[in-house]
Amino acid sequence: MRWMDRLQKALSTLFRRGSETARLDEEMRFHMEQEIADRIARGVSPEEAGRAAMRQFGNPALLRDEARRGWSWGWLETLGRDLRFGTRALMRSPGFTITAITVMALCIGATTCLFTVVRSVLLEPLPFHDPDKLVMVYEHWRANTSGNPYNPVAPGDFYEWHEQTHGFADMASYHYSGLAVTGDHGEMPELVAAQKGTWNLFPLLGVSPALGRNFREDEDQVGDHHVAILTWSFFQRRFGGDPAIIGKTIRMAARPYTVVGVLPEWFAYPDARTQVWVPYSDGETFERLHEHDNHYPYVVARMKPGVSLKTATDEVSALQYRMHMQYAGSPVAEDAMSRPMIDDVVQDVKTPLLMMMSAVACMLLIGCLNVSNLLVARGAARQKEMAIRGALGAGRFALLREQMTETVILCGCGGVIGLLLALAGTSWLKAHWHGLPRASAIHVDLTIVLFTFGIVGLTAILAGLLPALSSTQRGVLEGLKDSSRGAGVGLSRARLRKTLLSVEIALTVVLLLSAGLLLKSFVQLRTTDLGISGDHLLTLRYNLPKEIYTKPEQSVAFSQSLLERVRRIPGVQSAGLGSTVPGGGYDGDQVFIIPERPNYESNKQPDAMIRYADPGYFSTLGIPLVAGRVFNEHDRLDQSKKVVITQELAKRYYPGENVIGRTIVFGTDITNKKRTYEIVGVVGDTLWRVGQRTKATAYFPVLSGDTGYRATLVVRTSGDPLSYAIPVQKEIAALDPQLPVVDVLTIPQIIGESTVNQSLSASLVLIFAGLSLLLAGVGLYGVLSYVVTQRIPEIGIRIALGAQRGQVLGLVLRDGLRPVVLGLVVGIGGGVGVGYVIRSLLYQTKPLDPMVFAVMAALLLAVAALACAAPAWRASSVDPMQALRTE
Amino acid sequence: MGRPNDLVQGTLGLLILKTISLEPKHGWAIAKRIEQISNDVLQVQQGSLYPALQRLEQQGWIRSKWGETETGRQARFYSLTAAGRAQLEKEREMWTRLSAAIDLVVES
Repeated sequence: MRWMDRLQKALSTLFRRGSETARLDEEMRFHMEQEIADRIARGVSPEEAGRAAMRQFGNPALLRDEARRGWSWGWLETLGRDLRFGTRALMRSPGFTITAITVMALCIGATTCLFTVVRSVLLEPLPFHDPDKLVMVYEHWRANTSGNPYNPVAPGDFYEWHEQTHGFADMASYHYSGLAVTGDHGEMPELVAAQKGTWNLFPLLGVSPALGRNFREDEDQVGDHHVAILTWSFFQRRFGGDPAIIGKTIRMAARPYTVVGVLPEWFAYPDARTQVWVPYSDGETFERLHEHDNHYPYVVARMKPGVSLKTATDEVSALQYRMHMQYAGSPVAEDAMSRPMIDDVVQDVKTPLLMMMSAVACMLLIGCLNVSNLLVARGAARQKEMAIRGALGAGRFALLREQMTETVILCGCGGVIGLLLALAGTSWLKAHWHGLPRASAIHVDLTIVLFTFGIVGLTAILAGLLPALSSTQRGVLEGLKDSSRGAGVGLSRARLRKTLLSVEIALTVVLLLSAGLLLKSFVQLRTTDLGISGDHLLTLRYNLPKEIYTKPEQSVAFSQSLLERVRRIPGVQSAGLGSTVPGGGYDGDQVFIIPERPNYESNKQPDAMIRYADPGYFSTLGIPLVAGRVFNEHDRLDQSKKVVITQELAKRYYPGENVIGRTIVFGTDITNKKRTYEIVGVVGDTLWRVGQRTKATAYFPVLSGDTGYRATLVVRTSGDPLSYAIPVQKEIAALDPQLPVVDVLTIPQIIGESTVNQSLSASLVLIFAGLSLLLAGVGLYGVLSYVVTQRIPEIGIRIALGAQRGQVLGLVLRDGLRPVVLGLVVGIGGGVGVGYVIRSLLYQTKPLDPMVFAVMAALLLAVAALACAAPAWRASSVDPMQALRTE
Repeated sequence: MGRPNDLVQGTLGLLILKTISLEPKHGWAIAKRIEQISNDVLQVQQGSLYPALQRLEQQGWIRSKWGETETGRQARFYSLTAAGRAQLEKEREMWTRLSAAIDLVVES
């Protein structure tokens, strides 16, 4: 129990320091007396004895310190004293302190905030059981050398994989589906995002429902089972979180579904939008479940212990190749590919996140340099004080420690405020970054707090050590000899200051340039020409449930009367129907055969994106007709097999030919779904999503047969389009009160929806760059002000000797702008490099955009000139008499 | 005011332990005793003595209490603890080995 004694001793030392000190003093005094008595006994005169004893004894105060340092609280006491002293010193210059703390808080806050996001999204494994063993398996087309090699799987392929391969422990599949949920008691109908998943999906992920149970195997068979599992948010939002919902029926797609389970709150897979899960086979036919030429589901697999991913994937690949040979002539991929689920989930945000992390790291560094610079200036101002204290016996280490303490106080305050900022920033990001995977997993905890303190420590070292070393390195005498004439302001320190400034400016330039490039790219995105004239357009989507509109005639009748009613609304100029609006996403594609050129190999068959449109669609959206005609009323129900193609398709597959009246065959041999069409018209290209390449597209008549169920209504109005939303919805409700309407949007909103993440990236980087610019300005101003103050006597003499105002102004400006120009040159070099690194994030913007470079360089120079102007002006208006008197 | 180097510091600890192993002593007596026994070769600086005493007490090898000197003054008397006795043995052994080794090298 020795340590108990020691602890007690230490504690008593701390709390009864007074008495402890008194005891030590007493002991020392006794020692001295003994010593003197001893000498006197040996015949030395009392005075001489006292002096000798004193000499031998040394400095009593220092000795007491030395002795007390033996106790474990020594460092704590020192720290307490240093902190008190440091705080007092900082209070004496509030301007400097507030500036430094603000800089630190902003930098630390931003860093912590982004680290929180990065950690939750990129670094932490998925919240599933043994997530490292989860992989996504895709089909791969050998011909597809560009673009994404990971393609969705045909349901038929999945079932074959599942039954015939044994390299994975298990495989499950799921895909998106929209379901109309209707109320039984006049509740609002809504279209919810649903996923259809095989019954083994949740067990494979290692997820058990929070309430109720998982699907049973027999419920995932073709038939009328109709069971559903709700996600937690849907269960809370629509059913008030009442557990009694288990076993009850809800109406979806006009069918009664029995709710068998509710998923846990944290479960947000594959995305947070999903509201409800139904079995994979729900509402499907056997044929559809075993198709090989329609690719939309995703496949997730769990690895088997002892089987490598490559081995397991190769087995699936081999099977896929056999199928490819077996169904020659149909679009079946040759290979399978797989990748870990975590890579799959974060692929889209990895680059922007890492880029922002670098931007923030850059900013943190700028912040450090800035505070560092302020401290160097401050240290130089306190040169004399240091010298005097050094002469009085303060060790170099003590002075260094004291300066470091001040820095630590600054960074500590900054860190605490920064942590609060980070909390606010994190919740803001969670709310505004759409499609951020695993957003629900983002949280601040002890790790983050520790990280923050790590950063604080790092910044303190970075920001404090250089200036502290530089201000304590000089000989004591030298410091004292320094006259305040300013001639002796250490040259090495001035050099250090300039270097720090240059580095800071260079980093700022790099940030500014990247921000400029991203911003320009974003502006390009926002002003993308979708290929339509998008003013005064309102779009909204609806899904006609096949269970109610059983015959195609019914859906045609509905759409017909809807269009008529909408066109009668005052202010509506025209209206049309289509499957999707431009910018609204991808619809799936089909391969086609050009009878004149039958020699395409099956894997090189041309394919086109498929869209449906009615006669009014093109004119309402303002899509230009290039040749031939668009559909007319007769192309609807008479199954006349007419098709309208886009310029891109015509250019690519019929270069320089007249295509009107030519036949084109869609579909493939094996499915016996070959359909021959006549091309009646060519229309202008539209983009399917902002920032994506134009895709060759074919339009089929919207109301031919069974294609009118998923429709988008487009309305051209003569005023604010959103003011027409209610009247149009009223017409829909009048026709069918149970029909949910979704995505009531204008074209700018559609563009905004699909560019929301670019906008976020651009605005965040812009914020960081703006802050850095501000920091650079503050740094320049602070340092120059200080330099001018130091040089006032010198400048006074110059003016007294006849220097002109302009000359003095130039003198100071040159001094300030030299590091700026140097930093600018270095920074532009760095900016070019960064531009090439973030090339993948840029849209129609070259990494070497001269415009961006010129604007940003000008901006920086303007800010720098502003920062230098005030001190320079002050210098030039020095009154020489006044200046000389300050000596 | 040079701090004693490690060897000397460690050694001072050993000397103090040895000095008070027979009977409790106060600081000045310890210093004096060391000087006497070493024929004034070893001058104990008070600047190192008291910190050394503090350290030893912290290690739990010595304990101190106030007592009266022959002259009737209050002084702090230091005495060896059981742990201190063990430590003294250990350090003595080490010192013997070390000095023997140094002898060998220097005298060879």
